[in-house]
This record gives sequence, C-alpha cells and structure tokens, in this order.
Amino acid sequence: MLVPNQDVNHQTNSILPLTLEGVHYQVDGLQLLSDISIQFPPKGTITIVGPNGAGKTLLLRICHGLLSPSQGRILWADNAKALVPGVQSMVFQRPVMLRRSATDNLMFAMKASKVPVEQRAVRLEQALEHAKLSSLKDRPAKKMSGGEQQRLALARCFALQPQILFLDEPTAHLDPVSISHVERLIHTIAETGCQIVMVTHDLAQARRLGSFTAFMKGGQLVEFSETETFFTNPQSEALSAFLRGQDFNNN
Amino acid sequence: MQINTYIAGFLLIYIAKLVKYMYRITFMNDSASSFQTALQLVTSGNPELVEIVALSLKVSLSAVVFASLLGMPVGALMAMRSFPGRAALITLFNSLMGLPPVVLGLVVYLLLSRAGPLGEYGLLFTPEAMILAQTLLVLPIIIALTRQALSDLHVEYAEHFHSLRLSMRAEAFALLWEGRYALLTTLLAGFGRASAEVGAVMIVGGNINHVTRVMTTSIAMETSRGDFTLALALGIVLVSIVILINAMVSVVQMRERRHQ
Repeated sequence: MLVPNQDVNHQTNSILPLTLEGVHYQVDGLQLLSDISIQFPPKGTITIVGPNGAGKTLLLRICHGLLSPSQGRILWADNAKALVPGVQSMVFQRPVMLRRSATDNLMFAMKASKVPVEQRAVRLEQALEHAKLSSLKDRPAKKMSGGEQQRLALARCFALQPQILFLDEPTAHLDPVSISHVERLIHTIAETGCQIVMVTHDLAQARRLGSFTAFMKGGQLVEFSETETFFTNPQSEALSAFLRGQDFNNN
Repeated sequence: MQINTYIAGFLLIYIAKLVKYMYRITFMNDSASSFQTALQLVTSGNPELVEIVALSLKVSLSAVVFASLLGMPVGALMAMRSFPGRAALITLFNSLMGLPPVVLGLVVYLLLSRAGPLGEYGLLFTPEAMILAQTLLVLPIIIALTRQALSDLHVEYAEHFHSLRLSMRAEAFALLWEGRYALLTTLLAGFGRASAEVGAVMIVGGNINHVTRVMTTSIAMETSRGDFTLALALGIVLVSIVILINAMVSVVQMRERRHQ
C-alpha cells in the first residue's frame, strides 16, 4: 500500500539528525530565541508545545532555513544535501496555495524540487489519494475549504518525499473532522520514514502524534523528552504549570 | 459652493454648444454628411484606412511586446528584492508613467538624428523609430504596474518559494504567472497609452504617407486640413479599439475575481 521513500533516512545520504548549536535570534535588540542547543533524534515525530510568543514558529523557520540565526548554527548530518530542493519541506499555519488547480500546485512543487518527470504522475496520484483529494484534483486550490487546502499543502509535501517536514500548527484553524483528516495524513507521511517536526497548541494532539516532545518558553528550550515521559513526568516546574494550564511566572 | 454651480453651468453650456457644432459639421455638412462617409470608409475596408490602421497596430503592439519582455522581469525583480535606491527607482518609474509623449519624442529624435549617438543606423522617420519611441513610452507603465501587481503576491508567496528553494529566476516567473490576470490589465494599459499617443510618433515618424502614417498622426493632419471624413473614420476605429480594450480589461478583471 505505502511505498516507502526510496532514499529517505537510515541511509548514507540522510540529512538527519538535525542539530542546533547555541542558536540565538534577536531583532532590534529583542532576544526572541536564546541559546538553543539540541540534537533531535533521527527518527520519530517531534512535537513542540509552549505558550504564545515562546518562539516555536521562529525556531521552525530557522531550522528550515527561512531565517538565519543571529548566533549559533543549524547542522545537518549532510549540510550540502540539506540545501537540495525537496529534501526538507514545511507547511505553514495558513496554507499557501498558488492560483492554480490542486494538481498544478503539486506539479509546480515537484518541478521546483526537480522530481524526475516520469515519477511525477504517480506521486501526484498517490499524494492526492492519501489526502482524499482525488475527486477535487482539478479544482482551483484557492477555492477549496481551509481543511482541504491544509490537506493539499500536506499532499504537496508528501509528493516531494522530503526527509524532514516542518509543520507550523497545521490544524490551528480547522474543525474536529478536518483535524482528524489532517492528523491521519501526517501519520501517513511519518510512516514513509519522513521525520515530522510539528508545532502545536493542542496538547492532546502533541501526545497523540509525538514520539518526542519539546517545551519552549520565553525563547528558550525548557524541556525535551520522550512524549510519554514529557506528559507523565515533567521535570521542570514551568512545564508542570503549563500542563496544568497555569502560567508559571504568574503563580 | 455657489462658485461650483457657476462653473458647472458654464461647462454644461459649453458642452452643449460643442455637441451642436459637431452635429452640424458631421450631419449637415454640404451634400453628404461627413459622418456617413466616414462610416462607409470603415465598413467598406478602404485600402488607405486599412493601411494606416495596420501600421498603427503593428507599431503599438510591437512596442507593448518589447516593453513587456523588458519591463515585466524588471518589475518582478523590484517587487521581490530590496536594494539600495529601490524607493527612488519606484518613484522615478511612477513619475515616468506620466511623461509627455512629445518630450520623449524629442529625446528619441535627438538620439536617432544624423548627429545623434544612434544616427548611423538611419532609423529616423521609420516605423522602427516609432516602435522604439513607444516602447520607451510604455516601459515605465509596464514596470510600475507589474511591480505594484506583484508586490502583494510576493508577500503571500515569499516563504513558500523560499521553502521550495526556488532560484530568483524561477521565483520571478512563478510570480509573473500567479499575477497573470493583473498583468493582462497592465498590458492593455500599456497598449492603450501607445495606441492613443500622437506626440512621440509624430516627431520621430514624421507622418509620412504610406511609411509612417498612423491613426493618431493622420487624424491630427486631416483635421488641420479641414478634411474630416478620413479623420472621423480613423477616430471611429480608434475609439472602437479603445472601447474594445476597456471591455477586455473588464472581462479579465471579472475572471480574476472569480478565480480568487
């Protein structure tokens, strides 16, 4: 049923694991991220939680290379390969769609990522099928509902077969049914061997999808552990308070 | 407020007089009405008329094509990248949109005249000179409107394109394609400017019969000679083209709205 990615992970040309070395980010003297150092495990889905303004989305953007850290380094197992189009991919909170049909949106991304021409049709069909969008393939992407667009954005990444996929609150604006569709699709993508790094405000979702979970607060990475431990046995007072729904600083 | 009422009153009287006068010269002139003869010229496909219209379209369409090939990538780059002097450049192109065609005609005339830097090519008083002048006339419009149209799109797509690791060239082409409906309006605006101007083509083309005579220069000449028939016929064609262009703009904009 699922065709595992041909050259993903566990092989010599894998770009994983991702390592952050003393990453700082500041704008106009404002310290938005401070001294984040971590080596993510090379396998498994990583979920990132934390209050608003903790720097979660910013961290995702820096990891993906959309922004450069003010200080520190982002290191991959193969730094040159990490720059190759299609090796890493990202889905934004509000899906970005070209003013073209669903099919053309996927085709554009595959062409940009230099997916071999002969593979494109198969990957397109597979991606749309997993996203349950096959019947909407000719519809203008901009005309789709929020949930459909988000699934299309994920399908677009699926078609690229990246080694790592960054998701920035992919279900933030969706209804429960759409959320379950999107989560299923994320799970499917993870099954192909692609590492997922996902920011979410939904703790239950972080627990459902994550193998590892990180807690960020005030621009710092406070805690990182296996998801089960993270929720059952938090180490820091800040995380305990956050999980109880309290702001540590205000209590 | 009273002053405005007076001005409006005078304007109305003036317009009424003008309409009456135009009615008289077109419908009551001598034996046959100039207007009817002009209509006949248009419908019968008079060879002289066809020649003039064809040259007009050739010159203006070529100018729009050249200006677009040059101006759209420049406009896209200006929408996508910030560089020193960008704001000044934007102001410059915005101002050049309103450049008087006669001034541009003068500059191109000096460039192409025998003593000018491009004099050796002997382009003055040829259709090519007219295409060059109109290209330069339309270029600022294409650049400025392209930049305007693509700026918002760039904000929308910058991160997605960065995420896909698109090259600058690929990004520019993708933006141009995403903005295709808005750009069609830009093209039509450019064509409207080119086909309607008389100053530049008159100066560098010289309105030579069978060589550089286009609709606007022809209308100016025939009117000054008092021969309204051909002038009116050309006027009818020119106005029809302008209406057609505007209708096309409306259709394109409606389509654009439907697709987004």
